[in-house]
Amino acid sequence: MIGAVLRRLGQTVLVLFGISVLVFLVFFATPGADPTARIAGRNASPETVAAIRHQYGFDRPLPIQYLHLMDRLFITRDLASYVDHGEKVVPEVARAAPVTLSLVGGAAVIWVTVSILIGTIAAAARGSVLDRALMMAGLVGISIPVFWLGEVANLITQSRFHTSWMFSWVPPLGYVPLQDGLWAWASHLIIPWCTLAVLFIGLYGRVLRADLVAASGEDFMRTARAKGLSETRVMLFHGLRTSLITFVSLFGLDFAQLVGGGALLTEVVFGLGGVGRLTYQGLVNLDLPLIMATVMYSAVFVVVANAVVDLFYLLLDPRVRDGR
Amino acid sequence: MDADAPLLAVDNLTITLPAGRGRTVDIVENVSFRLDGAEIMGLVGESGSGKSMSALAIMGLIDAPGARIAGSIRFRGRELIGLDRRALRALRGAEIAMIFQDPMTALTPVHTVGWQIDEQLRAHQPLSRAGARARTVELLGEMGVPDPRRAADRYPHQLSGGLRQRAMIAMALSCNPSLLIADEPTTALDVTVQAQILDLLRRLRQDFGSSILLITHDMGVVAETCDRTTVLYSGNVAEHGPTDALFRQPAHPYTAALLDSIPPLRGTRPRRLPSIPGAPPAPSARPPGCPFQPRCAYGHVACETRPSLLPIGAQQVACVLPAEGRALPPRAVLSA
Repeated sequence: MIGAVLRRLGQTVLVLFGISVLVFLVFFATPGADPTARIAGRNASPETVAAIRHQYGFDRPLPIQYLHLMDRLFITRDLASYVDHGEKVVPEVARAAPVTLSLVGGAAVIWVTVSILIGTIAAAARGSVLDRALMMAGLVGISIPVFWLGEVANLITQSRFHTSWMFSWVPPLGYVPLQDGLWAWASHLIIPWCTLAVLFIGLYGRVLRADLVAASGEDFMRTARAKGLSETRVMLFHGLRTSLITFVSLFGLDFAQLVGGGALLTEVVFGLGGVGRLTYQGLVNLDLPLIMATVMYSAVFVVVANAVVDLFYLLLDPRVRDGR
Repeated sequence: MDADAPLLAVDNLTITLPAGRGRTVDIVENVSFRLDGAEIMGLVGESGSGKSMSALAIMGLIDAPGARIAGSIRFRGRELIGLDRRALRALRGAEIAMIFQDPMTALTPVHTVGWQIDEQLRAHQPLSRAGARARTVELLGEMGVPDPRRAADRYPHQLSGGLRQRAMIAMALSCNPSLLIADEPTTALDVTVQAQILDLLRRLRQDFGSSILLITHDMGVVAETCDRTTVLYSGNVAEHGPTDALFRQPAHPYTAALLDSIPPLRGTRPRRLPSIPGAPPAPSARPPGCPFQPRCAYGHVACETRPSLLPIGAQQVACVLPAEGRALPPRAVLSA
């Protein structure tokens, strides 16, 4: 167990190293990326530019610059942005992370619950009108761009019907931390949660249905029915339980990707200052410290999420447990 | 419920499946057989002869869309065809149980063997978790599983094929069914394990009084195990009869040909084993007459109409030869 954790930690460090080097090199290979001019401001004298170049260490060799950057990001944690009047990036990411986590976590609860329901019902009613309607709805959900859906949701809940009884509870856009009260937190997030979940409900519902239908032809499903179990029990305890293995691996990847900043469009549409928006901001301003910080944060999440998925695998599939 | 009724009576069972573009095909045609208490009957035939389909029909497990099942399947006098799902479910696993060919795939891979047996017990009997597990361990022990307590906590992939099949049998027998349908229970196992499982099945009859419908394509298994035998050919019954009579003097050329294709234990061995020329017809291309006629050495004009089952001695045969006074000769008994 300890060995496995250590191995995983070692992998994480390697992944982080690789990604950071890549980001670093790409940044300095980008034309017009030299941050000196921006920090110095417009019409700066050559002396000021040279002073800044020296002060920030841009005149030193790249490996030294890299080490310096890493030191300020991970050890002293006082890495400052090149643009935002030298704002510290680590606290910035730390402020954005709970926003993204709240958004993605809530959406994940919704999409997992609803897609399991839809997938199971559709598979149980295979070939019926209900099945077709659900799968069609799933396809529509997958095809709707999330920013469009978000804007429409805003249009309805924030302006058109905001005064109607249905949406009068919807607070203005933005994020309220959980410490300010559960309802304040949740009510600000319900519409974003549902918007983000739509795509994944469609995707996961369809994948799960396909898996369940494939499982229904398996010998063990026939055995389960021959045992005299109810169709519901056969479906849930034998079919669904077996199909969850694929479901979980898919979930791990998507969840990590979203927490790492993939929910950018939803964050922008709903005015949530999450990691996605922060990354975007860093990219637009070519702000290496910010880019580096968000990328590192996202990489950590992907690795952690993969570890969690592996753990779930072990719980769900005894065959994997013995294979190690 | 009729006390005099046979345990299982299948009459004129016909299973029709859709074959696409509005056509249908009769997989099984007018099959009839019966099974009494504490009896082992073999249902023999090659792949595609309809033996597994007949078994699934008895279990009510044919759920292909558009499948039609006609005829009658009575269990202790109670009609199973058209029985409502709830009543059928109460019967399945409790009164009629089934074991399947491949124990590798017939158990759910993500649950322990014990969990799966517990599940069946608790589906039919008001048992506590612990009570069910105690019974499970006892059953596994009775089936000859060494260290049954530990075996119950193992997953199917952690057990050998033989142990897995024993677990399947333990599961099938968990509610003391009066009828056990065994669909090629030894096909996927190696020969020594095969012998052990057959031995186990024979003991079930003595110890539990179970009747067994043994579906197989292996005449050797039939000879060793079954009291009576029904030979199916291309969805039709070719011949019925007590196993020893049927082996001594097969009345249907197909039965005889099947027996001929077993290498003899004694005497000179043929240089080539006799085999039946051709292949069984597809269910959609069955001839209107005797389905075996195209491959039969005795085929003649009288075979152009479908023969009905005629009694000859203790046997029943769907062949015109005995009625024409040209019955097949008796065979040297295989194993003395």
